[in-house]
Amino acid sequence: MTRWILGTVAATALLTGTAFAKTDVTIGLQLEPPHLDPTSAAAGAIDQVLYSNVFEGLMRFAADGSVVNGLAKDWSISEDGKTYTFTLHSDVKFHDGTDLEASDVVFSLDRARAEDSVNAQKALFDNIETVEAEDNLTVKVTLTAPQGNFLFNMAWGDAVIVAPESIDDIKVKPVGTGAFMFNDWKQGDSITLVRNQGYWGDAPKLEEATFKFISEPTAAFAAMMAEDVDAFYSYPAPENLAQFEADPRFTVLAGNTEGETILAMNNKQAPFDNILVRQAVSHAIDRQSVIDGAMFGYGTPIGSHFAPHNPAYVDLTGNSEFNPEKAKALLAEAGLANGFKTTLKLPPPSYARRGGEIIAAQLRAVGIETEISNLEWAQWLEQAFRGKDFGLTIVSHTEPMDIGIYARPDYYFQYDNPKLQKLVADLDVEVDATKRTDMLQSAQMIISADYVNGYLFQLALTSVVNAKLQGLWPDAPTQAIDLTGVSWSE
Amino acid sequence: MISLIVASLVIFACIEVIPGDPASFMLGINAQPDTVAALREELGLNASLSVRYLSWVTGMLSGDFGTSYTYRTPVAEIIAERLWLSLPLALIALGLTVFIAFPIGILAATKRGSWTDMSVMGATQLGIAVPNFWFAMLMVLLFAINLRWFSAGGFPGWDNPFAALKALTLPSIALALPQASILARVMRSALLDTLSEDYIRTCRAKGLTRRQALWRHALRNAMIPVLTIIGLQFSFLLAGAIIIENVFYLPGLGRLVFQAISQRDLIMVESVVFLLVFAVIIVNFAVDLAYAWVDPRLRARV
Amino acid sequence: MRNLIVGLTLTAIFVLAALVSFLWTPYDVTVLEIANKLKPPTFSHWFGTDHFGRDIFSMIMVGARTSIAVAVVAVGIGMGLGVPLGLAAAARKGSFLDEVIMRGNDLIFAFPSLLIAILITAIFGPSAVNAIIAIGIFNIPVFARLTRGAAMSLWTHDYILAARVAGKGATRISVEHILPNVANLLIVQGTIQFSLGILAEAALSYVGLGAQPPTPSWGRMLADAQTLIALAPHVALFPGFAILFTVLGLNLAGDGIRDLLDPKLRVQR
Repeated sequence: MTRWILGTVAATALLTGTAFAKTDVTIGLQLEPPHLDPTSAAAGAIDQVLYSNVFEGLMRFAADGSVVNGLAKDWSISEDGKTYTFTLHSDVKFHDGTDLEASDVVFSLDRARAEDSVNAQKALFDNIETVEAEDNLTVKVTLTAPQGNFLFNMAWGDAVIVAPESIDDIKVKPVGTGAFMFNDWKQGDSITLVRNQGYWGDAPKLEEATFKFISEPTAAFAAMMAEDVDAFYSYPAPENLAQFEADPRFTVLAGNTEGETILAMNNKQAPFDNILVRQAVSHAIDRQSVIDGAMFGYGTPIGSHFAPHNPAYVDLTGNSEFNPEKAKALLAEAGLANGFKTTLKLPPPSYARRGGEIIAAQLRAVGIETEISNLEWAQWLEQAFRGKDFGLTIVSHTEPMDIGIYARPDYYFQYDNPKLQKLVADLDVEVDATKRTDMLQSAQMIISADYVNGYLFQLALTSVVNAKLQGLWPDAPTQAIDLTGVSWSE
Repeated sequence: MISLIVASLVIFACIEVIPGDPASFMLGINAQPDTVAALREELGLNASLSVRYLSWVTGMLSGDFGTSYTYRTPVAEIIAERLWLSLPLALIALGLTVFIAFPIGILAATKRGSWTDMSVMGATQLGIAVPNFWFAMLMVLLFAINLRWFSAGGFPGWDNPFAALKALTLPSIALALPQASILARVMRSALLDTLSEDYIRTCRAKGLTRRQALWRHALRNAMIPVLTIIGLQFSFLLAGAIIIENVFYLPGLGRLVFQAISQRDLIMVESVVFLLVFAVIIVNFAVDLAYAWVDPRLRARV
Repeated sequence: MRNLIVGLTLTAIFVLAALVSFLWTPYDVTVLEIANKLKPPTFSHWFGTDHFGRDIFSMIMVGARTSIAVAVVAVGIGMGLGVPLGLAAAARKGSFLDEVIMRGNDLIFAFPSLLIAILITAIFGPSAVNAIIAIGIFNIPVFARLTRGAAMSLWTHDYILAARVAGKGATRISVEHILPNVANLLIVQGTIQFSLGILAEAALSYVGLGAQPPTPSWGRMLADAQTLIALAPHVALFPGFAILFTVLGLNLAGDGIRDLLDPKLRVQR
């Protein structure tokens, strides 16, 4: 009898003990990955679940956006800037038990840049001439020309290292080198990762992590309030954040993303081919009320296509301050005193849908009538992005450092300025940091002075987190939910 | 059979003309044109329409629904997995519907014209008029967020049957409410119709009370219209739970196809819609068989 | 009778609200006042304001217009195509035409309606017009079946026989004799389909496939409100009640009309 009682007591202690030091976490996400291969799709959800948790690259992004060594223990650049030599960590194993070798790196990079590659960011590898294994742990990458941001490129989720042994099943059973192993995928519901006991780096504190996919904002709110999930990454309804902030059970993480949210104008379609009209549109927009109305105050105004938290940022919002009278005058000068009618095509996210309604009202005030159509992503890609059949559209460009898109005259907003194109080409091969900063700043000024697009705000990353959960990245230097440093307090 | 062939043609034609390319959707806005072309080749999207139609249909005949463009796993596997939610949800909702509607309908018919009849029938009018997604929203607010009796949504899987049933409770109530209201009304008027038939009068003349006549004779005969409606409702519940599945983020067939449409996973959409149509046809057949069971006179016709 | 009065009153209120909204609304629904957002009901804003500071009462008035327009046109499509098809099928009962029409009906019935509506808007893009088409298509078989059933029993009547003997063609008989006699039935069914149309429009707008902003629509108001329900319940409650009472009104009116037109049923009550 005594033994039985003692046993029960011990068992209870054990139970409460485990409950005390919680080692699993459930994270809500709005979008489910379509499959689990980060190297063959653009879906951000794939990287959110897998980047640096399951898959690692030669380089990696740190929480503050800087690029640090990943699987590469060390690297060196040749004099001419064209050859990069990476030395790999020696004790790295893939989750299936095979060793990480230089040949895996060669395989991964060659696969990404191959003729039949389906890598969504193939441009990252465009400049690579050859990839060779010097020995078991040394890889030499030769470029066709020096490239300022090659290491940065190698940190992307699309450049992670995969193994030829497990590549066939990667879409449903990803095998990487990361601190967590893929465990289970209940399609339509959740993905579970478990701790990789043989991880080469610092062991993570969590034993298990579940990503739960909740697409409806209402359901996200309810799931968080009911504590069905411990954190909701990139919480989709900013209107609820004040409520979460007021609730002691939760904290709201408000961080930066790389998402420049812009009112894109079709620079080749009349009347937006006239800089006066583009300028008028820019002055007609009240950024602050878009941020307040659509994002409930979360977001930083921008005046060009550049992230405010980047050291090379220049504040150019003054170029396009809110001034409806000036907008009307500019329209009159352009010969459109009576205004005009155009289309406003809006993809699904609420920054676009809500922002679009507000901007439509602001444009109406200066005489520009817009016909709104709410599109799904696939329709938006087809009509606006590829078909260039739009007058105005709102979209957030979430890729880091993507000012280079302004040098592509066939890009959907069709901005064609040889001066900027030359600048971006020079920037690509420039390695000197100070010169790069200067060039980036001139690029910002050029597109701002040309009023290429209406620049609205830098998208904020707002995540709702259980107050006891710590270590999640507040910012999103890339699409990632790095769990390696996450733990429960107490 | 002919309807199935026509249905498959109609579905295929409708879905293939949807603008939007699955490959460019998957690769996003930075993809290069040659990458998109490579992916289209990999997905088999470059084959001609007729070739793709034939391979889809012949595949289905042998139980192979093809491979999902987005998930890259066999469509049949994904559908089977989702059916484990959708089918039980539809059955529970239907059970609930019958469980609510029968007593109410019978009660209202027996007490025709009374206060009970009028208030119950008034309630069913409300039940029909409530938009079910709105009702679901209000239930989540009350039971999940404020009272916290239920989780707000999601589905834990059948490993834990109790938790699974609990997760399906609110959704099935939201689905069942309007259906039960409709069925109760049908039940009542079908009963009243049969009660005015001659043979019931004969029964009454033979000394049966109204109540006895109802239970012994009218009920069985009133089942024909009721069964028709139940059949319709089952097929509706199987396919029509899309919105409710979204409110409660349940991984069911409806949400699967809704997502597949927006991701342009055409082969998935085609197969699910076809299966749903097929299910409706089967259910209709089952209802016909059930008629024969309740009314032997109809047996010859089946 | 009481049903009819309550039903017609409710319906009239919403039709009136829709009509008045063409001339006057308490506030302009196209003007956003972000600073004034999510205010609870007060004397100046009877139903409060939404997330853009618009007056919800005014939005519901204008939204009634959208709902009613979509539902009316959708029922119109259903009747306009369904009734002639039903009449034709009944006139040539058992013929190939009849078979084709009825099989076609079964086929449409077999398709999950909401899904097809979503597909239609995926093909043509979301708009009020496409919502109308999507809802309208599923009204066709309803009216075709109803008309065929009713017409077939009429064809056996003596006066039809008399008309045939008099040399009238099938088309003429259908139009002159059959149609007037099925009209009652059509009105009752029309009211019911009308209310279903309003619910369907709300559901489509709720998933973002109905009328596009800035045109107010009850379903989209609910969709916009769903995340605000715990913060500002009035935003979700009033559009929901608007749908509820309109549909209720139409259903009651439909029942009332049926009782009025069909004395046999009235006795039973």
